[in-house]
Amino acid sequence: MLSLRRPWLIGASLANLLFLYAPIVVLIAFSFNASRLSATWQGFTLDWYRLLAQDEGLRLAVGNSLLVGLLSTVIATALGLGAALGLERHSFTGRQFLEGALLLPLVIPEVMMGVSLMLFFVLVSMPLSLVTVTIAHAAFNLPVVLVILRARLRKLDPSLEEAARDLGATPWQAFSRVTLPLLMPAVLGAVLLAFTISFDDFIVTFFTAGPGATTLPLYVYSMVKSGVTPVINALSAILVLASMTLIGVSIVIQRR
Amino acid sequence: MSPPVQPTSRPDPSHFPVKRRGPSRLLWPTLIWMGLFFFLPLALTVAISFASRGTYGGVVWHLTLANYLTVVDPLYLKVFARSIGLAVATTALCLLLGFPLAYYIARLPANRQGFWLLLVMVPFWTNFLVRTYAWIFILRAEGLMNTVLMGLGVIDHPLEVLYSDSAILIGLVYGYLPFMVLPLYAAIERLAPSLVEAAWDLYATRWGVMWHVIVPLTRPGIVAGCLLVFIPSVGAFITPDLLGGARTMMVGNLIQHEFLVARDWPFGSAISLLLMAMVLAGLLVYFRTEEPGRGAGRGKEMAG
Repeated sequence: MLSLRRPWLIGASLANLLFLYAPIVVLIAFSFNASRLSATWQGFTLDWYRLLAQDEGLRLAVGNSLLVGLLSTVIATALGLGAALGLERHSFTGRQFLEGALLLPLVIPEVMMGVSLMLFFVLVSMPLSLVTVTIAHAAFNLPVVLVILRARLRKLDPSLEEAARDLGATPWQAFSRVTLPLLMPAVLGAVLLAFTISFDDFIVTFFTAGPGATTLPLYVYSMVKSGVTPVINALSAILVLASMTLIGVSIVIQRR
Repeated sequence: MSPPVQPTSRPDPSHFPVKRRGPSRLLWPTLIWMGLFFFLPLALTVAISFASRGTYGGVVWHLTLANYLTVVDPLYLKVFARSIGLAVATTALCLLLGFPLAYYIARLPANRQGFWLLLVMVPFWTNFLVRTYAWIFILRAEGLMNTVLMGLGVIDHPLEVLYSDSAILIGLVYGYLPFMVLPLYAAIERLAPSLVEAAWDLYATRWGVMWHVIVPLTRPGIVAGCLLVFIPSVGAFITPDLLGGARTMMVGNLIQHEFLVARDWPFGSAISLLLMAMVLAGLLVYFRTEEPGRGAGRGKEMAG
């Protein structure tokens, strides 16, 4: 009965997939449309992409996003790695409570996090800039890194590191030569995920960015707010392509 | 000297974790960073929600409950009602749409499931702004939907879908459907097929099998999926901002408005905390229904 051959099940599933993909496909298709305003096809053109390539503000925004992404990811990974090790290897009273508390940023609505950080920076008289954005990104990426590394660490056999210590290795050597290489896939995965989250983030960035600290999502937002033009379609198409490439790369890496 | 190491794949509990008096040094940088840049701001927001607005938009430490009482005004209650209503509607629609898809994928041969799951997740990994903009492009008066419908002669003048509650609903469902499919898939995948067959053998109708066997046994997945959709939906900001327009505010937009336009930080903080309360309420519901031994786990047990 509820076998796969039931036509309505297949139909419903395909309809769902269509629903998920059609808007993106439509967006990309119309980025080549020669008409500026209407949604009727009026010929193929690359003009919108050309306009995009000349956009100085866009280039700046992308650069800012890359910078913030890189810095915040490094901070989040370094701190998160230490925290994962510290939580896993040492037990202390209140450990469970702390673990739960450190996961709170994952649950809290982004608007709330953005707004509270903005209040904080204003109250300590710290001007909003790329620095505040980076701090914010590191703050919400830390739990992400922590969760990933913690899960992996739990599955690692601690007797390996112990054996290294028994054979005379210092704690640092035992970590860098035994634990870290074993953790590497998880670290890479966490880095990739944190960077993507930071690069795509809008809401928290919206509240913590000052003038001149425009990241790519903020730039896209201002474009959308100024009105619908095919240039946004072109930019969207490029972003979609970039995400898919990144996903493809990460899948290939994980297959090795 | 530590005892001889046994080759084992499971951690030896007698060695780790090492008991210490406090958190290790490795943990402190994280604690300081999160304490300073997450928990302190949060505490600040709580504190400010009880303060008053200064003349030029700052904060005057004149403590009062006025901010919370102001919310009990039809103007603001409507915003909260809309947020909860839209979030519930989004969750329901995602459940309705997601269940067949999750069921289909879960019943595929194991080696094909990964591919289909990836297919479901790929749109999710594209930028949220881009995905929301796609719906602006489709739903606006001169957009694709109206052009096609008018071209086919189905309607005479454009449907005004954009900047309405319906547009927000579409945007939210579109954005969070993958969040529903994944937990549902996980739960259905654990369901023992022999239970469904047994129900058939006992002459259950199609709906009987659905209602009395499948749904109860996949309940943890359903609850998880609903929560994963409800929480971001109720606090949504981008979707109502781009697809909703000025007259259809949700709580997220209201908070932004109070902070950046009206510059009433204490009031904005109070609203933020109420939003937080709604999210925590949702979480409590989840933890209440997550009792051990219920749902799919028991299904597997019963199947033997």
